[in-house]
Amino acid sequence: MTALVEARPAVDEERPSRDRVKRPSAPRRVADALVTATGKVAAILVLLAVWETAPRLGLVDATFLPPFSTVVDAWWRLATSGQLADDTGASLARSLSGFGLAVAVAVPLGLLIGWYKPVATLLGPLLEVFRNTAALALLPVLVLLLGIGETSKIAIVCYACTWPILLNTISAVRGVDPTLLRLAKSVDLSGFRLFQKVILPAAVPTVFTGIRLAGAVSILVLVAAEMVGAKAGLGYLINASQFNFAIPRMYAGIITISAIGVVFNQVLVALERRFTSWRV
Amino acid sequence: MSGHISFRDVTKRFAVRDRASRRRTEFTAVRGVDLDVERGEFLVLVGPSGCGKSTLLDLLGGLTEPSEGRVLLDGAPITGPGLDRGVVFQQYALLPWRTAQGNVEFGLEAAGVPRRERPGRAREFLDLVGLAGFEDRHPHQLSGGMRQRVAIARSLAYDPAVLLMDEPFAALDAQTRESLQDELLRIWRRTGKTVVFITHSIDEAVYLGQRVAVLTSRPGRVKEVVGIELGDRADGVDLRSSAEFARYRHRIWELLHDEVSRAQRQEKEVAPV
Repeated sequence: MTALVEARPAVDEERPSRDRVKRPSAPRRVADALVTATGKVAAILVLLAVWETAPRLGLVDATFLPPFSTVVDAWWRLATSGQLADDTGASLARSLSGFGLAVAVAVPLGLLIGWYKPVATLLGPLLEVFRNTAALALLPVLVLLLGIGETSKIAIVCYACTWPILLNTISAVRGVDPTLLRLAKSVDLSGFRLFQKVILPAAVPTVFTGIRLAGAVSILVLVAAEMVGAKAGLGYLINASQFNFAIPRMYAGIITISAIGVVFNQVLVALERRFTSWRV
Repeated sequence: MSGHISFRDVTKRFAVRDRASRRRTEFTAVRGVDLDVERGEFLVLVGPSGCGKSTLLDLLGGLTEPSEGRVLLDGAPITGPGLDRGVVFQQYALLPWRTAQGNVEFGLEAAGVPRRERPGRAREFLDLVGLAGFEDRHPHQLSGGMRQRVAIARSLAYDPAVLLMDEPFAALDAQTRESLQDELLRIWRRTGKTVVFITHSIDEAVYLGQRVAVLTSRPGRVKEVVGIELGDRADGVDLRSSAEFARYRHRIWELLHDEVSRAQRQEKEVAPV
């Protein structure tokens, strides 16, 4: 009994603050949220305002940097004509298949390398060489081997996405708390169950960091790949627009790319939160 | 007749590589340990730091094997880890992604308890350690004392005959430690487990142990086993300030004192391993 009395306050201390702090009134909360939201978009609004006014005031050449409203106009025309959807679809299909393949290959491989020393010894030097080879430097090789079509583009995305996932998965497995391994050993857990019940769940947060990094990489690399020999895709749109001097369309493509990047990252962050809710 | 647990002339050596000379040398953690523990006994091991206390516990837990001699459990040599012995670690070793309930069930899963029986058993043992109502908390939502309670519940739940505790309360503050000591004695009396408990605190050793085995500095041997007769630990009595307690405390302090200073000299002479 005494023990419980001792223990309860300790929990109260460690309870997350949202339980303890009294909730403010509804209007107050709305006002707070508004202030926060304004703060968050302020910098972006300033950027857009500068973008809009600078060309109009003649501070920069409006031909090379058209005002933001012109770009929006071009974006809208691309969107209504269906071309934007086509290009976005083409890009997303490549990016997601490359990314998905990389997750499917790199996570199991990373687990193997992280856990089995012989595998690490065998593959270590090879990984070191490839890891330090810039993905885009291999693009010409892939084009030669796989042709100029979809395969080489998906392959380059997959290649580039593999590294952050692989390296994070390896360090996730190696970083599993040794006390937990001792615990598992003391209850005679071995082989598959050790992996399933201890190593895998312990590795999830670090693996997810790698997956999130790979998400960003998948879009970065894709756009570059699409600038070489593609007939659709956002990278192609940007590059082709520049060639044809359709500058507003070029910017429209760039904006779309960054919007996709932001959304993709947010999706991955949300997924990560879901899987690691046990962390503080 | 031999005891429930017997160490028979146990020696454990480790191969270590000297960092400066890169030569392989041998390092003897414990040498010629003879010790018997009876069924249902509460035995405490104390010794200076680096005397091989934890090595003895690892040997019992089957996490390592003796270089010489034998470690017997009910007359049979220990060949590896097993669920007839439950280990409680100093750093709790809770799985952070599982709730208190889930952590206790982890032991039950390892023991092959059927799925349907696990939740009930886990709750029962969380209740035993005074954590009823905290089943759904994750470790980061619990205080240090409560985490160690969860770890104790986990080790008890799969019903091992022996509980091996490696300085389980060392990381806790003084008040939590005292209340957990009482709690442990209560649980021990109720469950009748054999407990082998490691500590470097003389007070803790005298308070908890039926017998206290004092180890020498490295290589560890059993210097003397002191039986503690303090009568019943009735609630509300400040046993720690009684004259008898002080006598036992002093006796063990004397036994340890020489060893501690020897251990400190050793540490200065030998490069840290």
